[in-house]
Amino acid sequence: MPELPRKKVGLVSCSGEEMAEGTVTRLATLKVLEELRPDKTVTICLPLFLAGGEEERTFARFYPTITIDGCEKRCAAKGTERYSSKPAVSIVVTESCDAASCGLGSARHLNDAGRFAVTKVAGEIALKVDRLLEDAWKKPRRTSVDPFPIIQEGS
Amino acid sequence: MNRKICIVPCSGIGKTYGSVAREGAFIVTEDLRPETTRIMALSRLVPDDSDVRVEIALAESITIDGCKLACAAKVVAETGGTVAHALQVLDVYRKHRDLKPAGIAELNEGGKRLAAVLAEEVAALVDNMEGKHDA
Repeated sequence: MPELPRKKVGLVSCSGEEMAEGTVTRLATLKVLEELRPDKTVTICLPLFLAGGEEERTFARFYPTITIDGCEKRCAAKGTERYSSKPAVSIVVTESCDAASCGLGSARHLNDAGRFAVTKVAGEIALKVDRLLEDAWKKPRRTSVDPFPIIQEGS
Repeated sequence: MNRKICIVPCSGIGKTYGSVAREGAFIVTEDLRPETTRIMALSRLVPDDSDVRVEIALAESITIDGCKLACAAKVVAETGGTVAHALQVLDVYRKHRDLKPAGIAELNEGGKRLAAVLAEEVAALVDNMEGKHDA
């Protein structure tokens, strides 16, 4: 029985060092990668898209990605789409969490609300990962590379 | 008019050296030289945003990279910024091998001390650049 490549989901976080929400994206992504869905996810370094990371661009072209942005500028989502392909899911911390930036602590030190936001966003990412992989296996295979479904925000 | 020097750490999230780069940048911009420096998130430079391009073009930058791919230095240069100094965490570690970093979300003591040493190096470069501006 040939071993088929396992489907994985790429996580691209903005990591924005200028605001607490950026730190939330980074820590939430790490939490999913290391604790919640270690066998189903990989992280993709956003700046590598621009710095010539061909492996990153190729991965994001053929596998589904979830972008996690700290604010409405959506640098991770825009960057992923520009250099590779449209993300399957786009999460924005300011839309997922009620607290304003000052309420989460600083980019360097999150407070309790910030740490709670990390847990909440990580849970949201994990759910989207499960849905993407579930949907991918449900689809009838007709081509060598099936396009992945786009999950609309809020769905 | 003096503009603040941009300190641009790499955004590496999966490696310890990326965390050291980020922590070093925070120490410089918040503790050591808050009046003359500011942190710039590398992610802002990835989408082709003309406002950000102008912002980075008008300032001098010091980049701090966690690995040899040097994303921070490359991205700043490719988006029209001036990289006054491009530092690598590994180079600093080679000079201070007793400070072995570990951990990603939370750096160990060695990682924190390495970040502090890195930050001192960056602060010295900042002072040098400021001196040239004032001369």
